[in-house]
Amino acid sequence: MEFAEHIKTANVEDVVLRQPLQPPSRGTLCITGHHLLFSDREESDSRQVLLLLRNIDATEKSVENLTGYSGFFSNASHSERMSGSSGTITMKCKDLRVLQLDIPGMEQCLNIAHSIETLSCLDCVSEMYPFFYRPVELSLPEQWGLSSPEMHYSQMKELYEKWRLSTVNRDYSVCSSYPPAVIVPKSIDDDTLKKAAKFRQGGRFPVLCYYHKKNGMVIMRSSQPLLGANRKRCKEDELLLQAVIEGSDKGYIIDTRSRQQAQQARMTGGGFESKSFYSRWKRFHRPMERGKALQESLIKLVEACGDESNNMDRWLSKLENSKWLSHVQNALSTAGLLVECVERDGHSVLVHGSEGTDCSLLISTLAQLIMDPCCRTVEGFLGLLEREWIQARHPFQQRCAHSAYSHARLQQESPVFLLLMDCVWQLWRQFPLALGFSEALLLRLATEVYASDYGTFLCNSDQERCALGVKERTHCLFQALLRPTQRDYYSNPLYERTELAIWPSVHPQSLQLWKGYFLRWTQQVRHLEEAQEEIRNMVIEWGKLACS
Amino acid sequence: MEHIRTPKVLHSMVSSVERPPTTPSGGQLILRCKDFRIFQIFIPQERDGLDVHASLARLSRPEKYSELYCLSFNPNVNKEEREESWNFIDLMADYKRMGVPNNLWVATAANGEYRVCDTYPSELFVPKSATPTIIVGSSRFRSRGRFPALSYFHQDTLAAVCRCSQPLSGFSGRCQEDEMMLQALMKSNPGSDYIYVVDTRPKLNAMANRAAGKGYENEDHYTNIKLQFIGIENIHVMRSSQQKIIDVGEMRSPSMTDFLWGLENSGWLKHIKAILDAGVFVARAVADEGVSVLVHCSDGWDRTAQACSVASILLDPYYRTIRGLMVLIERDWVSFGHKFSHRYAHLDRDPKEVSPVIDQFLECVWQLSEQFPCAFEFNERFLIAIHTHVYSCQYGTFLGNSQKERRDMRLHERTHSVWPQLWKDRGEYTNPLYKAELSQSQGVLRPNTSPYCFKMWKGLYNHAEKSTPPRQSPADFLSAVREESQQLEEELTNHQEVPPGGTAHHHHPGSRQEDRSPDGEADHLGEDRGSPEED
Repeated sequence: MEFAEHIKTANVEDVVLRQPLQPPSRGTLCITGHHLLFSDREESDSRQVLLLLRNIDATEKSVENLTGYSGFFSNASHSERMSGSSGTITMKCKDLRVLQLDIPGMEQCLNIAHSIETLSCLDCVSEMYPFFYRPVELSLPEQWGLSSPEMHYSQMKELYEKWRLSTVNRDYSVCSSYPPAVIVPKSIDDDTLKKAAKFRQGGRFPVLCYYHKKNGMVIMRSSQPLLGANRKRCKEDELLLQAVIEGSDKGYIIDTRSRQQAQQARMTGGGFESKSFYSRWKRFHRPMERGKALQESLIKLVEACGDESNNMDRWLSKLENSKWLSHVQNALSTAGLLVECVERDGHSVLVHGSEGTDCSLLISTLAQLIMDPCCRTVEGFLGLLEREWIQARHPFQQRCAHSAYSHARLQQESPVFLLLMDCVWQLWRQFPLALGFSEALLLRLATEVYASDYGTFLCNSDQERCALGVKERTHCLFQALLRPTQRDYYSNPLYERTELAIWPSVHPQSLQLWKGYFLRWTQQVRHLEEAQEEIRNMVIEWGKLACS
Repeated sequence: MEHIRTPKVLHSMVSSVERPPTTPSGGQLILRCKDFRIFQIFIPQERDGLDVHASLARLSRPEKYSELYCLSFNPNVNKEEREESWNFIDLMADYKRMGVPNNLWVATAANGEYRVCDTYPSELFVPKSATPTIIVGSSRFRSRGRFPALSYFHQDTLAAVCRCSQPLSGFSGRCQEDEMMLQALMKSNPGSDYIYVVDTRPKLNAMANRAAGKGYENEDHYTNIKLQFIGIENIHVMRSSQQKIIDVGEMRSPSMTDFLWGLENSGWLKHIKAILDAGVFVARAVADEGVSVLVHCSDGWDRTAQACSVASILLDPYYRTIRGLMVLIERDWVSFGHKFSHRYAHLDRDPKEVSPVIDQFLECVWQLSEQFPCAFEFNERFLIAIHTHVYSCQYGTFLGNSQKERRDMRLHERTHSVWPQLWKDRGEYTNPLYKAELSQSQGVLRPNTSPYCFKMWKGLYNHAEKSTPPRQSPADFLSAVREESQQLEEELTNHQEVPPGGTAHHHHPGSRQEDRSPDGEADHLGEDRGSPEED
């Protein structure tokens, strides 16, 4: 492997590791192609830390030469001068943990720092750890993932009458970011789809993502239409949308951009569905923050959480200034609007922004959780994520290349998936009995999305995953989470299925900072975890009694 | 009056009555309550409205104690039961529980008949070496005669929490007996050769007091003390801060920015943090350093009560139980002369005396219980119930401003104590997650007081959401689980042999609300949905 060329020093003895919530420990540090391994020398209570290098977001190093008089002893050998020095490497991880290594020897320290810096941001996907991860208890799956669009369609008998599964994209030629099979109105043939796809950015023509069994209404997803400055139109796209609301008086379009943004998009070839050509569709503009602004919001929030001034005014003003909770509020209320259209108003909805790969996924996922009890079990939730985020393509590799600590210049990073996890946590907190999964599952997913042993969040699309053999050569996280031992841990002991929609309150007092994630390395969170454990124990005890 | 959603509101709970201009559909009254609820009453006839307004305005501002509800409140109990109710909390038993009296701390009769200090209890504990001369001398050198006395004795370290008022030192005054008194405090802790004197005021305020012949201990005159200022603001600052946070709670549908800005601007959480920090400082000194602490502010009945009682909560798991909290409030607040009737406007008196001092203590306990979910035997409802009764005047417990006043009014004969009533309802106030044996519940609580650990107490300040159906509560669910488990256990012990396939209970416990829209679902939709965009 070529990793070796990045590793000048593989082992260092006598290293001190400082990590949150634990006393410092002294031991041996070892660097491999994908991991940093630390094991302390305590005989009795030996501790090991295995850290995926990919998890490291930023490193800071400082070296100190303790042999201040070395200049006077010019005959002292190079190695002797070096041996009196030491260095410190601070590693800030994507899971928000901050670790510190005190390494004896300046040269060793610089070597280690160099290896960490290089190996933590290698961008060749096929060299990433998931391709090497081979735990004994897992064998590579026959079928990668929980389900496929085909299986999903075949299980939804309600769809058969009016909807069909189209394989127009079987070779990814119509839309490189869609899966090979998508669900579309039965009356629309593949040729029409091909033409409609040309009228949508990235070929993301409107497809079905959710069918509401209670009233037969649907949520559709797409990218923006390519009107351009001279207001082009596309008959096939109009026909496709017309077919969606066949038999109903109207449909709604939720555009996740402001009206102004949508209009400006025409200058660069995009736009929105105009009233005159889509007369039966009513449009709402619900501007949502995305892209760089969202990443900066996360950076500010994490910075605020690390503020040590112990000053209440400063904290509240930084929290406000980060705008993170405003984004949470906005996402939940836009999802609420979507649910209101479908569940209360009884009409189908098309959701899109510009690319249709970020905010559209966010609110359609939240809306399904709010409306559909099937999405609220562990299996249902993971299945939902697989459909909306893996198959329908969120560009994970671009969005999650770096987290809040990185000094690298921002490129395509944006914590949309993390925002989703936060919003789902708010739902979970407001409806502690209605969701089948625990906070631990959300934390696990929010961590894995940035650095993982599994292939699930690799690449930017289904096409890329197939090309690189992700589905043959890596393990699937969702499948691993559903193994019986794991599944128990990630289930909510208080869960009781309800058929009703769970309408979240978006009043600022009802929304809270997600301490479990943003303050997960503080003592405070341990007490809350202990409480969760206690709840689990009580319910298990009760279950035993009830069965005896 | 059938328009009121809650059928009964005690007159004493009414904080203000407004009468907005009459509209064609009739007049209305807006009642703001001391527990932060708001009621709107629609009254079709303007004349009726005026009458009701006038009577409410008068009835909610009683001028004499005899007008208060507790003096006519007559639950169905006889004289013996009433007398028994006043013995429900036994402070002497609590001192005994903490190991007092002993060879370091003794009871003093100096304040019998409230001779030395009329706002102190008659029974007090002082260092063994503090003679009556020292006590009387020291009391003359302290505001309102409130000389140093024991609040809490920590058996593990033999260090103690003591309290008093500010010394009348001015710029250079000194008092030999007072200096001896502090020396005696130090000597009563064999493990340490100094004591902390915690002045809970901002240093600037304390210095300003010197001009009025008061102030703080001069470290040159008192040997072996370490003086520490904490910086809790005075009652006037707190009063206006609370008004601001009430306003934040009343905002109809604020943006996140407005809300967080309002929260910051109110300063409320900053004050709560300062009080908790004071308690943490005292608890650390006593538990970790083994050093005794003498706490005071100006008169030693507001900030001092807050700091001492928070410290006790942190130091001793007993005060985190339902009965323990009652004992603690009875000791540090009721017996040590916290001016309940002045602070909570039981009578229509000087509004500048009103301030949410015990509100803040209760909120500190709530913030702690959020941080340590398994460490408190009681839940939020218990704290809110105490809050309500501090204001309600339904019971005599919190009436008056000192033990002496309550004795002079013969309240034990004429009113009832609130504690047995709360104890009777303890099932409702129990935290199902409480486990005395968990590590977080044991010994000294060491809270994190970083700003991010504090949040607005929604249960108390958000009346808007209180009026909607309760949201799903894991605690209620777990209480049901626990109750059912106990029943099942009993059944099991009664019928040891259950036939296979016998009666097993498989239904989910706890009653669930049917409406899954917990609150203000109109918040996010409804009014702002507007009409769709047109081209």
